[in-house]
Amino acid sequence: MASGAQLVARLAGICGPEHVLTHPDALATYRSDGLAQYRQTPLAAVLPGSAEEVRGVVRACYEAGVPWVARGSGTGLSGGALPVSDGVLLVLARLRRILSVELDDARVVVEPGVSNLAVSRAVAPTHFYPPDPSSQVVCSIGGNVAENSGGAHCFKYGFTTNYVTALEVVLTDGTVVRMARDAPGYDLLGAFVGSEGTLGVATRIELRVLPRPESLRTLVAFFADTGAAGEAVSAIVAAGMVPGAIEMMDRLSIQAAEQATGAGYRLDAGAALLVELDGPEEECQARFEEVVGLCRDCGATDVRVAADEEERELLWRARKAAFAAMGRIAPAYFVQDGVIPRTRLPEVLRRIDALAGEYGLRVANVFHAGDGNLHPLVCYDSAREGEPERAEELAGLIVKACVEAGGSITGEHGVGVDKKAYMPAMFSESDLEAFQRLRCSFDPHGLANPGKVMPTPRLCGEVPGPYRQHPLERAGLASRL
Amino acid sequence: MAREAHPASFGAAASALAAAAAEGEVVRILGGQTKRAWGTPAEAGVELHTGALDRVVEHNVGDLTAVLQAGVPLARAQERFAAAGQRLALDPWPGPRGEATIGGILATGDSGPLRHRYGAPRDLVLGMTVALSDGTIARSGGRVIKNVAGYDLAKLFCGSFGTLGLVLSVNLRLHPLPAATATAVGTARAADRLAGGARRLAGQPLELEALDVAWREGRGTLLAQCAGAQAESRARRAAELMRQAGLEAVEVAADDGGLWAAQRAGQRSGERAVVRVASRPSRLERVLAAARECGASLVGRAAVGESFLELDPDAVGRLRAALPPGTVAVLTDCPPEHRDAIEPWVPAPEAAALELMRRLKARFDPAGACNRGIFVGGI
Repeated sequence: MASGAQLVARLAGICGPEHVLTHPDALATYRSDGLAQYRQTPLAAVLPGSAEEVRGVVRACYEAGVPWVARGSGTGLSGGALPVSDGVLLVLARLRRILSVELDDARVVVEPGVSNLAVSRAVAPTHFYPPDPSSQVVCSIGGNVAENSGGAHCFKYGFTTNYVTALEVVLTDGTVVRMARDAPGYDLLGAFVGSEGTLGVATRIELRVLPRPESLRTLVAFFADTGAAGEAVSAIVAAGMVPGAIEMMDRLSIQAAEQATGAGYRLDAGAALLVELDGPEEECQARFEEVVGLCRDCGATDVRVAADEEERELLWRARKAAFAAMGRIAPAYFVQDGVIPRTRLPEVLRRIDALAGEYGLRVANVFHAGDGNLHPLVCYDSAREGEPERAEELAGLIVKACVEAGGSITGEHGVGVDKKAYMPAMFSESDLEAFQRLRCSFDPHGLANPGKVMPTPRLCGEVPGPYRQHPLERAGLASRL
Repeated sequence: MAREAHPASFGAAASALAAAAAEGEVVRILGGQTKRAWGTPAEAGVELHTGALDRVVEHNVGDLTAVLQAGVPLARAQERFAAAGQRLALDPWPGPRGEATIGGILATGDSGPLRHRYGAPRDLVLGMTVALSDGTIARSGGRVIKNVAGYDLAKLFCGSFGTLGLVLSVNLRLHPLPAATATAVGTARAADRLAGGARRLAGQPLELEALDVAWREGRGTLLAQCAGAQAESRARRAAELMRQAGLEAVEVAADDGGLWAAQRAGQRSGERAVVRVASRPSRLERVLAAARECGASLVGRAAVGESFLELDPDAVGRLRAALPPGTVAVLTDCPPEHRDAIEPWVPAPEAAALELMRRLKARFDPAGACNRGIFVGGI
């Protein structure tokens, strides 16, 4: 194994010395991603300027036996881009070219550092790119691919994995693998998207885009409580509608968001439901009236319909600002990302309320109601003795309540370092072992983003031979995986 | 003569698979057997039938999700879903008696016209339980429509032809059955006109359920299905766009079930060969040209870029040569006497991708028991 200094010199040779950062001050920016409670200073941060340089860096790390972590814009909320202390941070921010826009094929090809919003802009005004995480202005497509990012519109439109049509991936030994939908062979693409940077790094990303909907109708309905708002969601879905977005906010988040934006949300409401229908004009028109009716039937105290694009943006601004606005009512918070079957919403919200009461902490709820993806914000004050620890414990119990209700520990933020401890709540040891088989096929030496996703560190063991006759021998091999 | 296993539980299925693997046997996994001849299956010592794994484990109406055991025929599950006003938005040819199972459909990645809007099987699968050849039973994914915890093994198993392990059950996302459907249909005698019409419709925000083409005996048809509360008025708009694109005999069919059943059936052949072609949607015209050159009929998804060409087995080589370089042209149906002479998997994966696939096979099925030889590169 080469020394750290030798590797750094080699990286400088590949990317130019100005693109290899080793000074602690320069590295400070890169110590954490969007989840700032985890910090780690890497051996070096390197900013390659081309796919070829990425490959060179990965190959150099492989030869030096040094692990690496890929990072896009660093907006992730699970610590997925947290550096490893003895490793290299591969920053893809300079790879931000849009390589081609082919609207006849509804395709766009980009480098991984391109922002999510830039993709939609590149295909505007006729088309759009549906997955739209709240951080879309800055978050990178490479990061979206790693995390299989969602957003407010995935109830109708699906996730990043439904839109990636081809990838060029550098494996940890520097090999380049091209993956494409419909190509003969295993769906490598499907396995790679959402693998949180643990299987390799994508250097070229081809995405499918859709024609922009011709009509958008948006409303916010206010309810006495989240239970009534939840009933409205069920009624809308039961009527056979698949709205572009159905977002819910509870009392606490309405208050925070309203303070921050002045969007006109009712401060006396216990819940607000933002519903957006999009699609062909006549379809939207017909069904929108139905949505208004269903909200009223479910006890909406007030329904505000966006009269124009400006008002629509205002209504959305309150929803999108909800996280940031929480700072106005609490000094700090943990955000969770649990998912539940939507029909279990009322009981899980009651459970969260009860838990919050037990812990004497406030929990605000902002969530994607259509697909049951909760974002409980557990508020705390670090200045108070033991409160951060209690808040973290409460956040963990909320995640477990989601799993017990038949849901998931994470709907869109990823496991990263933040939720890996919860993985055994959702998956058995043999499930995790099967995951490891995939991981080891791609990265037998565990160099790509080690310490993420899996709850405990594990090694790959040798690749078993194809035809083993003896069952005991095979059982032995299986246990080493 | 192969030994048969008909396990009725996950445990029995995993044991049967592991026992056969331990004896060094090749295990052939079979569902409804509607795609039995696809790929290049090796001689098997054990035939593992999924027919007794036939339970609809869950249908969560309010959540629009379901859990099906692998041997459930899709047609039967659809009846159940329809009773609640729902469907799995996946519509491959269901077999002569509706016997195609969900396990087989997923394992082969088969789909139909609804792929236009709802994607391939891998896009509708939320989670999966599988048995591996060492007897391990492993779950991945979840039962909720949004979930990013752990690796997406279900995608890897979709389209893997059973070479990584045995699918025991699948968790699926359902969609509401539309209130109504209506289909705009137009014809063209020139391939460029048909392709132009398809391009025109694909670029419009009509939110079509399906956008298909067909080409038979010198005549092309374009079909655009609208679904929802205003299906018919939207289909009339689609029809108008077809007319503007120069299509002929344009009309709107409100009773459109037969049209789409024919498209599905057109993907398969009992007597001739079928090649599944995947390429850029903008290459439709070139695919049509290749089809005409080889005497093939065609049905396909215009905006997905997926087509199924039915032709004489002897013409498969010519078809592949006539297609743009790199075009995916996988052989599916084929009369048995011609099968050995035609490589099903074209193009072969690049060396680096194939190497990675071999490593996956070795990790998931170290005994090499599951459907050995059926897949790309002899996997």
